[in-house]
Amino acid sequence: MKPSEVSALLDEPACSHNRKSKSGCARPKPGASAGGCAFDGAQIAMLPIADVAHVVHGPIACAGSSWDNRGTRTTGPALYKIGMTTDLTEQDVVMGRSEKRLFHAIGQAVASRRPPAVFVYNTCVPALIGDDLEAVCKAAARHFEVPVVPIDCAGFYGTKNLGNRIGADAMVRHVVGTREPDPLPESVVNDYAARGITIHDVNLVGEYNIAGEFWHVAPLFDELGLRILCTLSGDGRYHEVQTMHRAEVNMMVCSKAMINVARKLEEAYGTPWFEGSFYGISDMSAALREFARIIADPSLSERTEALIAREEARIGSLLAPWRTRLAGKRVLLNTGGVKSWSVVSALQDLGMAVVATATKKSTEEDKARIRELMGPDAKMISDGSARALLDLMTELDADIMIAGGRNLYTALKARLPFLDINQEREFGYAGYQGMVELTRQLALTIESPVWSQVRAPAPWATTQVARRSRGPVDEDDLIVPLDDISASSPVEEVA
Amino acid sequence: MAEIRRRSKALAVNPLKTSSTTGATLAFLGVDRAIPMLHGSQGCTAFAKVFFVRHFREPIPLQTTAMDQASTVLGADDNVIQGLETLCRKQQPSLIGLPTTGLSETQGADVRRNVREFRSQHPEHDGIAIVPVDTPDYVGCLESGFALAVRAMIDVLVTADRSRVGRRPKQVNVLVNASLTPGDLEHLRELVESFGLRPLIFPDVGDSLDGHLIADDFTPLTFGGTPLSEIMALNEAAHTIVVGRSLDSAADLLAERSGVPDTRFDHLMGLSANDRLIQLLAELSAHGVAPRIERWRAQLQDAMVDCHFMLGFARIGIAADPDLLLAMAEFVTGFGAEVVAAVAPDRGASLGDVPTAAVQIGDLEDLETLAGAAGAQLIISNSHAADTAERLGVPLLRAGFPQYDLVGGHARQWIGYRGGRQALFDLSNLLLAHHGRHHAIAPYHAVLRAPAPGAGTCPPSQHRGGRH
Repeated sequence: MKPSEVSALLDEPACSHNRKSKSGCARPKPGASAGGCAFDGAQIAMLPIADVAHVVHGPIACAGSSWDNRGTRTTGPALYKIGMTTDLTEQDVVMGRSEKRLFHAIGQAVASRRPPAVFVYNTCVPALIGDDLEAVCKAAARHFEVPVVPIDCAGFYGTKNLGNRIGADAMVRHVVGTREPDPLPESVVNDYAARGITIHDVNLVGEYNIAGEFWHVAPLFDELGLRILCTLSGDGRYHEVQTMHRAEVNMMVCSKAMINVARKLEEAYGTPWFEGSFYGISDMSAALREFARIIADPSLSERTEALIAREEARIGSLLAPWRTRLAGKRVLLNTGGVKSWSVVSALQDLGMAVVATATKKSTEEDKARIRELMGPDAKMISDGSARALLDLMTELDADIMIAGGRNLYTALKARLPFLDINQEREFGYAGYQGMVELTRQLALTIESPVWSQVRAPAPWATTQVARRSRGPVDEDDLIVPLDDISASSPVEEVA
Repeated sequence: MAEIRRRSKALAVNPLKTSSTTGATLAFLGVDRAIPMLHGSQGCTAFAKVFFVRHFREPIPLQTTAMDQASTVLGADDNVIQGLETLCRKQQPSLIGLPTTGLSETQGADVRRNVREFRSQHPEHDGIAIVPVDTPDYVGCLESGFALAVRAMIDVLVTADRSRVGRRPKQVNVLVNASLTPGDLEHLRELVESFGLRPLIFPDVGDSLDGHLIADDFTPLTFGGTPLSEIMALNEAAHTIVVGRSLDSAADLLAERSGVPDTRFDHLMGLSANDRLIQLLAELSAHGVAPRIERWRAQLQDAMVDCHFMLGFARIGIAADPDLLLAMAEFVTGFGAEVVAAVAPDRGASLGDVPTAAVQIGDLEDLETLAGAAGAQLIISNSHAADTAERLGVPLLRAGFPQYDLVGGHARQWIGYRGGRQALFDLSNLLLAHHGRHHAIAPYHAVLRAPAPGAGTCPPSQHRGGRH
C-alpha cells in the first residue's frame, strides 16, 4: 500500500476525529503504545465473515498468535474458525518464493474447503520484500475461479484502527455491489404482506456478534420487518457483503472503526446512515427509533414504538431486583471511543455512577456527550496505563473497573472487581436481553465474597497486606478536569 | 442456618447413604497391621470389601463372623470368639476392629461381653487390641460409623491419665474424619512436619490406603496406618487438631481422658480454614510461616480472583455426608457460588450450618429433583451421581465415597491451599466447558434472511473436517 493510500484512509471526512482532536488516528508512540497493528485491525474486522477462507500471508507470528481467539459466532458455516496462513520460511523470503507459495496456498484453500471467496491478508514481511499482493490475488482468482480479495494490511502501515478501515475499504472496493440480493422465500413475503408489513432492507456495520449477542437483537428486526441484508461482519456471509449497496439505511454500530464503509456507500449509492448502539436500554430503543425515522414508514414507526414499550416494560421488571443491588455503585470505565457513552448510558440505566471514563479515543463531540451524561463530577482518563488506572480506582473509591481484556489481570492482581467489555468476552450484552446478562455479571463480580478474603492479611502477618504503592504520579497527565478539556494533550494509546 | 428437612419418602431411590458399619471398617483400616471383622453374615463383609476395593483399588483386609441360620437364631457368641481366636492365631494383627451389623444388633449381640469372654478364654492373645463398636446399618451413615469407631478405639486404647500431656512436646495429634482422603492426609503430615512438629494422624488411611507397592506379595493385614503404640500415646501430645464435627464425641473423650488441649476445625478446605490451621501450627511450633506456604496461599488467592467469574452465582447441588457437605458448601460459597440443592444421607452436627436454605435428608433422587427444580449447573457427589448428573445435563465433581468410575479419586488432595486451588480450577473448568456447550446464547436464524446461494447443493459439512 502506498503512503498516499494510507493517508487517504486516514483522512476520513465523515469522522469527527478528522477535524480537531485526531488522537484516535495518530501515530503510535515508541515505548508508550499498546494495542494492535493494522493487520490485527483488518483481520479482526473481517474475520467474522463466516464462510470465507481467511488466508494470512506472512511468517507464523501474525496468524500463529492471533487465530481462533475471537468470541464471534455463526449460525452456519464456520470456515472462519479454520486458521490459514502461508507460514513463510526463510527460503521463501530470501529466494523470493513467497508469491508462489501464496498462489498455491490459495489453491489449497479453494480445493480443500471450496469457499465462496478467499480473503488474503498481507503482513509486514511480504509487504517489505515487495510481494505484489493484488497481482497474485488476481491471478489466483482467474486460475481457481473463486473471488480472491486482497487486504493489504501490513502491520507497519499503522494502528489497529487503520486496519479496520483497510479491511472495510477492501470490501467496498472489491466486494460490495457485485451481486443483487437474493429474493426471500415466497411464503415469508406473503406472510409479512398479509400482516400489512412492508419489509425494509438495512445493513449493520461494525457489529461482530460477540458471544452470539446479536441473537438477542435479531428477532426484533424480524418482528419489525427489517431485513438485514448484511452485517459487516458478525455472522456475515460473502454473498451478503456483495449486496450491501441495496440497503435503505446503514447503521454504524458502536464504533467509528469502519465509518468509511458508511460514507462510501452514501457517496456511491446515496444510502443514509446513522451511528447507534445496542448496549443499554436507552440506546437499544434509540437505534430502533432511528431506523424507523430514516425509513419514514408510519406503520414501522408505530410498530417500533409498541415493541419498545413492550420490551422496556419486560426488561424493566427483570432488572428491578438487580437495580437495588447495583444502585449507587461506582464504576471506572476504560473503553474506547463511542463505546464509552454507549456503556455509560447502560450503566446509568441501572442506577450506577460512572465516576471516570476513558477519553483517549474520544472526539470533542464524544467528550461533550460524556459530560452531558455523566455530570460535572466525573473524571476523564487520558492515561490508560495500569498504574494510572489503579491509582484512579483508589482515588475515586470506585467499586468496579470495566475495561478490555488486557486490563483484566491488572485489576484482579490489585484485588478489584472487573468486567470485561471487549471482544474476547464470553457473555453477550447486546439488546434488551443482554442487559440482564450485563447486570448479572456486574453483580457477580462486585458482590463476590472473594474480595474480602483476598484483601485480608494472613492471620500471622504482622503488617497489612501490601496495598498499592502510590508512587509519584503526574496528576496533570492522568486526569483531565472536565472543564479543562481543551487544554489536554492526551497520551496516545491504541487499543 | 439451614433448615433440616426430614426424610419424606418410604422408598429410598438411588441411595446416597453408605452404612455406618462400612464407615467403622474404614476407620479400622487406618490402623497399622489391623483387620476389621464384621459381626454379621458373610455378605455384610463381602459388600464392604468390594466397596473399598473399587474405591481404593487396593486389596482390603476384612473378615467376618459368618453368621449363618443356626447362629442367627441360637446365638452367635461362639462365632465372635471363634473368629477372634482364628484371626489372632493365624494373622497376629496389632488390632482387630469388631463392628456390628444390622443383623447382629437385631439379634441382640453383645460384642463387649464376647470380647470379655474371649479375653478370659485366650489370655495368650492379650497383646492384640480388640475394639468392638456398635454400628448397625439402620443407624447413621459412613461418616458417623467412622466416628464411632474412632471413639471406640480411644475408649479401649487410651488410658485415663492426664499427667502425661506434653511428654512428647512436639507431638500434635490429628484426629481426622472420614472426609479426608489419603491424599489429604499425606499433605497434612508433610505440612505439620514442615513446622518441626510430629504429627500423629489418627486414623491414618493416608498411610495404609494411599496405594503403594510393597515388598511382600501378600499381607492379610493393613500395611500402614497409625501404629497401635502411637494410638496409646495420644495422651502424651502437646495438642490435638480435630477435623470434622462428626468427631466431636471422640474428641471430647480424648480430651477428657488425656487432658490434651484441642483445636477443632469443621474442615480444611478454602482460604480461611487453612489460615487458621497455619496460624495454629505456627503458634504450636514457634516457627515462622515458611515462604513457600505464603506462596501457596497467594496462589490460592490469585486463583480465587481468576475463578470468581466462573463460580460467581454458579448454582451447585451437593449430596454428601454431613461433614463433607458442610466443607464443600462453605468452599464453593466462598467464591460466590450458591448451594441450591443440598442432600445428606443422615443427620449430623454439621448440617445446621450448611450455607443454604435447606438440607434434605434423603437420597440421590432427592438431589436430582431438587437440583433439577433449582436449575443447578453442577453437582458434587460420589460416583453414583454420575447418572443423576447426566440426566440433569450438568457436570459432576466426584467427592466422597464411593468413587469407582475414575482412578485416583482417593489420592486427590482437597485440603490445604494447593488442594483448594486445584478443586477451584476443576470446578471452574467443569463450569466453563458446560457453559460453552449448554448455556451459550442460542443461535437465532433470521426469518428475513435469504438462504445462501446454492444452499442444498453445497452442504455446510464441507467446511468441517480435517485439513487435506
